[in-house]
Amino acid sequence: MADRRYPEPVVTPETGEFWQAAKEGRLLIKRCRACGRFHWYPRALCPHCMSGDTEWVESNGEGTIYSFSVMERAEVPYAIAYVELAEGVRMMTNIVDSPFADIRIGQPVRVRFAPTEGGGRLPVFAPA
Amino acid sequence: MTIKGRAFIVGAYEHPTRKAPDKSVMQLHAEAARGALEDAGLGKDDVDGYFCAGDAPGMGPLSVADYMNLRLRHMDSTDTGGSSYLVHVAHAAEAIAAGKCNVALITLAGRPRSEGMATGTAARQGSPGQPEVGFEFPYGLTVANGYAMAAMRHMHEFGTTSEQLAWVKVAASHHAQHNPNAMLREVVTVEQVLASPMVTTPLHRLDCCVISDGGGALVVTREEIARSLKRPLVRLIGAGESPKFSGGGFMDLTYTGARFSGAAAFAEAGVKPADIQYASIYDSFTITVVIQIEDLGFCEKGRGGAFVADGNLISGVGRLPFNTDGGGLCNNHPANRGGMTKVIEAVRQLRGEAHPKVQVPGCTLALAHGTGGLIATRHGSATLIMERI
Repeated sequence: MADRRYPEPVVTPETGEFWQAAKEGRLLIKRCRACGRFHWYPRALCPHCMSGDTEWVESNGEGTIYSFSVMERAEVPYAIAYVELAEGVRMMTNIVDSPFADIRIGQPVRVRFAPTEGGGRLPVFAPA
Repeated sequence: MTIKGRAFIVGAYEHPTRKAPDKSVMQLHAEAARGALEDAGLGKDDVDGYFCAGDAPGMGPLSVADYMNLRLRHMDSTDTGGSSYLVHVAHAAEAIAAGKCNVALITLAGRPRSEGMATGTAARQGSPGQPEVGFEFPYGLTVANGYAMAAMRHMHEFGTTSEQLAWVKVAASHHAQHNPNAMLREVVTVEQVLASPMVTTPLHRLDCCVISDGGGALVVTREEIARSLKRPLVRLIGAGESPKFSGGGFMDLTYTGARFSGAAAFAEAGVKPADIQYASIYDSFTITVVIQIEDLGFCEKGRGGAFVADGNLISGVGRLPFNTDGGGLCNNHPANRGGMTKVIEAVRQLRGEAHPKVQVPGCTLALAHGTGGLIATRHGSATLIMERI
């Protein structure tokens, strides 16, 4: 089966650091210094308390599958999912390196980084 | 201030086309508008308020109202996807109650079928300014697999089955057989739904709504004008709107904004879910109906699958007759936005003008509910409760 081709993500002034870290194989998430809470997707302003004092924290990249769906009506079928990171946030991703029939909600997964069409890397998850 | 009893739906029109390669989207808006005004017994020059959403070409209300050459003193272009038109009815009632307009016109139209749009299965990037775009689009998020993830989680937490979801489609098809304009008029069985091709697990092709061209329009006005017309009186008595978001990463796929918009509408109307005789429930996918029925309070959270099974949504058979036009699953989903047709069929039921085979006898209290956007990420929810007086 052909590999899924990942488009280059749109980089904004708020997310440059995230995508640079992804290129280096590190998954960054945002934490608020004012209220201490994590959030996803990354923002300059905390979505819990609106503080502008947010910081990048490196996640260890471990999580579990919160939900998923195998998209069969596509040139190259793929598994889209929400993974709940150990830090508590749920992020959209793809599950890779697993037969589709083996994917389960609650399954432990670990981040890896898939190459994108423009030379970047995108966090995806595989069975831990 | 409450909108309870302050506004009446006097015109409702569903464009009969399901494929319109020879018409422009603007033309469909105007044809729908003309149909609703004729239905009400009003003319173009009676309109002083206009409402439309993202399906309107150009600069929304400016472009459409210019095409129709309206003279306006109030307009609103709130866009919450397919739920927009229920929001517009509520906002029209607010404007009427505040004296900002007397006759509000709401239109919708689109041609996704003629344009060959892969509505549910193509990932769309959206605008580069959307803050989530880098974190969703590259993963192949589509409308269908977004709803499918909600279905998968619902099955995991509550034991909902594919057979139960299929019953939603079966009920819709029982209604659509009586609608000569419906795209899919064949009655289907649970087995046929499950045997249809898988689109994105666990949703089969027949769990998904149709893609159709078309449009619709509504006319909302104040009591004195409504009473001067020759149409049955359909009065708005409760409305609620509530978006639901991704929670800064702490999202929950098992419920929708209907939990809040429904509660607000029931509180304003002073009625309970058990009082509702007919319900239009947004049916982009079968799972959409199951989750919303729970959130609106027709059954306990997690029991929606059991509630919809065994024909409980079929008019004349079950406890909650729903989408008696065949809904988005079988009849029509114009512009990929099903909220307009939800209101129209509820008005037909309250007037006693639904097809005799699906008309709820003595229907005096109805609910219409819409969802717009993606329940897996961010969506609008709007609920209307209407009565026949």
